[in-house]
Amino acid sequence: MTAASLLRRAWPVLALATILIVLVVIIDLMGVSIAKLAATEALVKMVVVIGLYIFIGNTGIVSFGHISFMAIGAYMAAWLTCCPPVKGTLMHGLPDFIIATQVPNLEAALAAGVAAALFALLIGSALMRLTGIAPAIAMFGVLMIVYVGYSAWDSVTLGRSSIFGLPTYINHWVALWWALAALAAAYLYQISRWGLAAIAARDDEFAAKAAGINIYRMRLISFVLSGFFVGIGGALFAHFLGGVSTSLFYLDMTFLTLAMLVVGGMNSLSGAVLGVVALSTVIEILRRFESGVELGSASVQLPSGAQEIALAVIMLLVLIFRPTGITRSREILFPWPFGRPVPITMATGQTSISNVDDTRRSTPPN
Amino acid sequence: MVGWGSIFQVVVDAISLGSLYALAALGIGLIFGIMRLINFAHGDFITIGAYSLIVPSSAALATTFIGTWSTPLMVAAVVLIVMGFALATEAVVFRPMRNAHPAVLLIGSFAVSFFLQNAVLMIYTSRPKSVNIWSELGEAVEIFGIHTAPLEFVTIGVTIVLLVSLALFITRTTYGTQMRAASEDFAMARLLGVKADRVIAMAFAISGILAAVISLFMVARQGYLFYRMGVPIVIFAFVATIIGGMGSLVGAALGGFLLGTLTTVLQVVLPDDIKEARDAFAFTIVVLILLLRPEGLIAGRVTAERV
Repeated sequence: MTAASLLRRAWPVLALATILIVLVVIIDLMGVSIAKLAATEALVKMVVVIGLYIFIGNTGIVSFGHISFMAIGAYMAAWLTCCPPVKGTLMHGLPDFIIATQVPNLEAALAAGVAAALFALLIGSALMRLTGIAPAIAMFGVLMIVYVGYSAWDSVTLGRSSIFGLPTYINHWVALWWALAALAAAYLYQISRWGLAAIAARDDEFAAKAAGINIYRMRLISFVLSGFFVGIGGALFAHFLGGVSTSLFYLDMTFLTLAMLVVGGMNSLSGAVLGVVALSTVIEILRRFESGVELGSASVQLPSGAQEIALAVIMLLVLIFRPTGITRSREILFPWPFGRPVPITMATGQTSISNVDDTRRSTPPN
Repeated sequence: MVGWGSIFQVVVDAISLGSLYALAALGIGLIFGIMRLINFAHGDFITIGAYSLIVPSSAALATTFIGTWSTPLMVAAVVLIVMGFALATEAVVFRPMRNAHPAVLLIGSFAVSFFLQNAVLMIYTSRPKSVNIWSELGEAVEIFGIHTAPLEFVTIGVTIVLLVSLALFITRTTYGTQMRAASEDFAMARLLGVKADRVIAMAFAISGILAAVISLFMVARQGYLFYRMGVPIVIFAFVATIIGGMGSLVGAALGGFLLGTLTTVLQVVLPDDIKEARDAFAFTIVVLILLLRPEGLIAGRVTAERV
């Protein structure tokens, strides 16, 4: 492979990484701490949304339960890094070796990812057999089970109370490295043999099957990788806030992350990244307005709830008028005159989720 | 010592809770049957019905307005308001999205739900507000040796009436036949002259009526309003439609009653320390049903796809 073709191949991810790095450097130079915080939060969410994209984008299966991986990752990180005296007394249900050890932050984040990936492997090996809308609903069930389960499991998770006192080491640089890592991994996956097979099955399940693709295995690989990054995102979020609580990882977070992915464009990595950038910006502006802003002589204050309403409206407008998202679910194109990039997705300008009527179960040909 | 009295009590509780689940499940099932939309916003129709009883304001103390009217007027007003919201949602959001993939529709209904919830939050604030309607029905009386509120029996009675009328409407009227035809094969029904917009609007209207009734019973039961009060019930209704079989109305109603029974029994049987995890059991059942019998207890008309 020549250097030029290598560059062309890696172009979308390089372009996205450059955009992110430039944005973070600008925000760093501005030196406004509110902007730095907002950027950190957005980048942490980006890790989650890229994780979500790895599954939804490449398999075309919408999942309403990925935030359960986030919960699992966040709590794993909390158990590994938090407050030994509290662990021993209040969280006495934890295994002894977790109570006894204090794990460095990086290892804890990786462990969170692995825990979420293992959970994904466990449930995925059953759920990935489902087709149509069934896996979306089943994942919703998983979200409920994890939420209710963790909320009730007092001796390990402190139930509905929060666990505080986690090291808050996440700043915009740390979050940027993780976002770039997730970006690179997602891109390598989607141009890999496994990723291409999953995309083929997304675009035409039966043709893929006829071509000898083991759809179940391809979806499972995608699911586990996706679980890994969403789990890490959970850990980062926990360390960003300095605490965890089950209510953080429920319907609101599910809605927010899905909205980011949908608005950006479900079927492209560029969509996942730009969706997070776009919506985070909107949310941050609205947040300022909710706490009151001086505009010239008038002071403007939006009532609480305005932020969510705006989010819902943006999402609905995108769903109705541009269902492929702001990127039209395409990757960033290689600039002329060097030619177009290697096509990754077969974006056609329409949702490339297949049109198979989804309440029907597909049966293998006899 | 478990006496007959307490068993009867559990049965009454189970059926009356099951009634609410069944009504909500029917509201979801009707729309799903025709346009493959799992309407997550159904719960917010219920919330809106409940909030319509009071004067819109952010004051901590709710001023009831429609809630003070006589029962027939109050029911009619709430039904009209909720139906109006349901029809408006359909016209503004779901009509343009009609041909989208079911999962995309579900995302859309999620967004609608979020919108409505936060609109209620913005107008009425997130504070729970106490409202009393039909308080005389809520007082426990002794019937057959057990203490129970007449409200439970009223709930069951009204549900039976609604189920029977819905069944008659669906099977005996032209519109009902059109709705059944549309849920069997939407494209074919349209070719045979069924008006798509009208059938879908009708499904939303009926689902709005059911949501309005549920909202009144919920307010009468719990005595307060909350901007997310519809969410738990819609989640259970959702579970009920899956247990019963997506696309089958009988299944949805049956699933509702089964789920009501299951949660009531679990509430009694489970030891105290895991009672809080009760709902997790209900969802485990859903996942298991999807895995083992994805067509539900009663298979809908959408059958296996052939290649």
